[in-house]
Amino acid sequence: MPRDLDRERVVGRRALMLGAGQALLFTGLGARLYHLQVLERDRYAMLAEDNRISLRLIAPLRGVIQDRHGVDLATNRQAFRIVMVSEQAPNAAATLAKLQGLLPLEDDDVVDVLEEVRHKRSFIPVTVMENLNWQQVSTVEVNLPDLPGLQTEAAPVRYYPYGPALAHVIGHVGAVSPDDRSGEPLLDLPSFKIGKNGLERRLEHELRGSAGTSQVEVNAVGRVIRELDREEGAAGSEVGLTLDMGLQAFTYQRLSTERSASAVIMDIYSGEIYALASHPGFDPNDFVHGISAKKWQGLLNDPAAPLTHKAIGGQYPPGSTFKMLTALAGLEAGVITEDERIFCGGHMQLGSHRFHCWKRGGHGHMNLADSVAQSCDVYYYELALRLGIDRIAAMARRFGLGDRTGIDLTGERPGLIPDREWKRTQRGEPWHKGESLIASIGQGYVLSTPLQLAVMTARLANGGLAVTPRIMRSEGEETIPVREAPKIDINHQHLRIVQEAMAKVTTHPRGTAYRSRIDQEGFEMAGKTGTSQVRRISLADRRAGIKNEDLPWKYRHHALFVGYAPLDQPRYACAVVVDHGGGGSTAAAPIARDLLRAVQERRPADTNPGAITPIDQPI
Amino acid sequence: MSLAEIGGRDSDWHPLRRILGISPVLLLLVVAIGGIGVVALYSAAGGSMDPWASRHAVRLGMGVLGMLVIALIDLRYWFRFAFVIYGAGLLGLVAVAVIGEMGGGAQRWLQIGPLQIQPSEFMKIAVILVLARYYHTQTLESVARWRSLIVPGILIAMPVALVLKQPDLGTSIMIAAGGGAIIFLAGVQLWKFGLGVALAGVAIPVIWTQLHDYQKQRVLTFINPESDPLGAGYHIAQSKIALGSGGVSGKGFLQGTQSHLNFLPEKQTDFIFTLWAEEWGLIGALVILLLYGIVLVYGIWLGHRCRNHFGRLLALGLAINLFLYLAVNISMVTGLIPVVGAPLPLISYGGTAMLAVMAGFGLMMAVSINRDTQIERHPRRLPGFD
Repeated sequence: MPRDLDRERVVGRRALMLGAGQALLFTGLGARLYHLQVLERDRYAMLAEDNRISLRLIAPLRGVIQDRHGVDLATNRQAFRIVMVSEQAPNAAATLAKLQGLLPLEDDDVVDVLEEVRHKRSFIPVTVMENLNWQQVSTVEVNLPDLPGLQTEAAPVRYYPYGPALAHVIGHVGAVSPDDRSGEPLLDLPSFKIGKNGLERRLEHELRGSAGTSQVEVNAVGRVIRELDREEGAAGSEVGLTLDMGLQAFTYQRLSTERSASAVIMDIYSGEIYALASHPGFDPNDFVHGISAKKWQGLLNDPAAPLTHKAIGGQYPPGSTFKMLTALAGLEAGVITEDERIFCGGHMQLGSHRFHCWKRGGHGHMNLADSVAQSCDVYYYELALRLGIDRIAAMARRFGLGDRTGIDLTGERPGLIPDREWKRTQRGEPWHKGESLIASIGQGYVLSTPLQLAVMTARLANGGLAVTPRIMRSEGEETIPVREAPKIDINHQHLRIVQEAMAKVTTHPRGTAYRSRIDQEGFEMAGKTGTSQVRRISLADRRAGIKNEDLPWKYRHHALFVGYAPLDQPRYACAVVVDHGGGGSTAAAPIARDLLRAVQERRPADTNPGAITPIDQPI
Repeated sequence: MSLAEIGGRDSDWHPLRRILGISPVLLLLVVAIGGIGVVALYSAAGGSMDPWASRHAVRLGMGVLGMLVIALIDLRYWFRFAFVIYGAGLLGLVAVAVIGEMGGGAQRWLQIGPLQIQPSEFMKIAVILVLARYYHTQTLESVARWRSLIVPGILIAMPVALVLKQPDLGTSIMIAAGGGAIIFLAGVQLWKFGLGVALAGVAIPVIWTQLHDYQKQRVLTFINPESDPLGAGYHIAQSKIALGSGGVSGKGFLQGTQSHLNFLPEKQTDFIFTLWAEEWGLIGALVILLLYGIVLVYGIWLGHRCRNHFGRLLALGLAINLFLYLAVNISMVTGLIPVVGAPLPLISYGGTAMLAVMAGFGLMMAVSINRDTQIERHPRRLPGFD
């Protein structure tokens, strides 16, 4: 069949053409592979790495805060939480319903969790419950086979073992708010917490540490397959404080007999703060996971202001505790001598105004020591007339009043020492003589914080060294001889007079704090009571004989006491303010006595972590 | 040679001699390539026979058996039943279209008991079979007539239209290309063939309007990959990254990061070549091309060796069909053409495509066994019935 042969020949030719075409295309495919796998290999290899490797941040462990003896004040503990990984939960709602049978989980929370589960990728854990105790974790662990999708996790969580006793000093950490975001990626971690208050906030930089990184292999949807490389970050620095936790706890406990009070105990030479407490406090642990609205409202609306660090942020008229400064100003100006007596008839008439002494009948003839010990007001009215406000104010400022002490804490307030200049610029009014009288007894415009009063007392007790308070323990710091604190230029003899007067407050039977004296030999204290008016006592009140105790709490006087101990070789200064506590001698002095006794028993000055040489000899 | 002589040889076809006539080279190549498939699918599952590799191996074994059965059936039966097979395939496509219509969506397969069958895959073979038969009955003169262009044109157009409707762009292109290749081989004048291709070209705008939005999107994305970096363009980009990062020697068995981390879509089916090339590198990829290259050369040689026109066209057509699978799949995964669903024969996971390819190999073997058999232009009797 020749035709068939022709046909065969045609097919052969065309098959050859097609075959050649195929060979060409095959070569083309080979070339394409060569291009991708050889020529562009590096580029694609890089893209492949980018694709699969994801850099994740590891939150650093927050630095621990310790007291002077190494007691942990803010630490990290393993907290347990339950998370749900929805891809492992065929029926999330059923699992959560079962969990509700085991743990107190609110229906609202279940709704929230289910909502979150719906929105997140199925392999990302959603927190179901936080802050579980060990028993709760065990309960869940045992029942895990019946709870598909649930997992328990342990993660370090900030913990404040002393709770309210230190709440104001240490502060607390909390979730990063939009205002806190600084672009630092660490802050964007969902569970990251930063210092919100107190030292936690002040020392955020030191405590935070630096983030570690974890290179993880992820697949196309972002699920972590395994960790390739891990670079641990640096944990935050350990921070030491000058506080003596035992004393701090005692102080807080002692203050809690009052509705609202604050106290400071400090070293008169080194300025180290041994205790710094405000009552009432709050539990900072409540804030770590986010405080409930109810609790928060309760704290906000409490008239005792539990959120305020009153020891540094409460501004009170210092009342009679201010009298030492007026007296010193008088001695320094030479307008009074130690022995000159001034008559107190119960009041002083100045123009049309009558300025009363707290003692209705008057004190009679008072010298300086008596005026301090018995807290005569008229004596100081007379001094104020002789001195004028500016000299009193200048003396007050030299002892640390009227400005922030600069302690490393947030929330410190400056108080106020008024003078002519202040009144003219701030109020646009001239100063009145009568205002000097009021100021001379620490009333009127004069405001001070308990910390300032403690500093003032320390400077009086140490013979005029301008110590500044410090709460940070500087480790490895060169030993600082404390006498290098700047000297207040003041006649040492005058200081001596004031110190003796303060001693009389507790040692003389007519001294206002005689009943609160320390009997223990060698532990005796010196001091000064103060009672500062919150509400002006009107003539009508005086006539009606309304007693302070009859007034509503918020109108009662503040009770104050400043003191130091021991009497012979003073070392510790203390200031106590009882808000609306009534009289300084009845409400504040007993507390100060207990605190000064406690600090002497504990002798924190002898444990010297702050690298400051104690000084045994008074100046 | 005389008719009697041929008839005499015909009677010599003892079953044992037929079995001995099976090409060991082709059998070996099929098993080798299928074995690569098992290895690749084992890796695709992250180092597990489940769920793909074990079933692929079972299918490979069953496929080899089926392939041998097909090979042992006399080529004249296949010649005789070519139209029946084609008709059955077309019926299957119509059934798919009807079911798709009822289901209100895309449909490519028929559910027969536990089996899912994709008639379009078998149609690739059936079209070649039926066209080989059609042109076997034509002389070179009759091939020159318009009629011998129109009838095959209709035979191709019907399944192409039905598959396009499913919609399955890749498969319909392959059916059209496979059929076109037979027409070309049959000896249609080149200018006519060119005209046909041009007509098909004119049909492109018509086809475009028939395309679903996602298919249009794929083509547009291919033209401008940046337009959809996370959609269709993402697949191509990821495939290129996986391939390219494999380098010359690959990342090693089970070490393919891109594929194992699910950056690679459809890694067990259409993108299995990418996985293989990532783990075994350029060398591994060229091994696959080489194995298939041998198969293709064998097919062309077979077509050249075959003494009957039907077997000749069939062998060449099947080789081209195989080539189309490879070319479309590898071009796709290397980013040369848009993503169209096209498996890599014997390696991609998927039942019907594999069985269809194996059936093709069976037919190729049948051609090999019967390469000296004379088939009458219009046979009236069947072997074994005389």
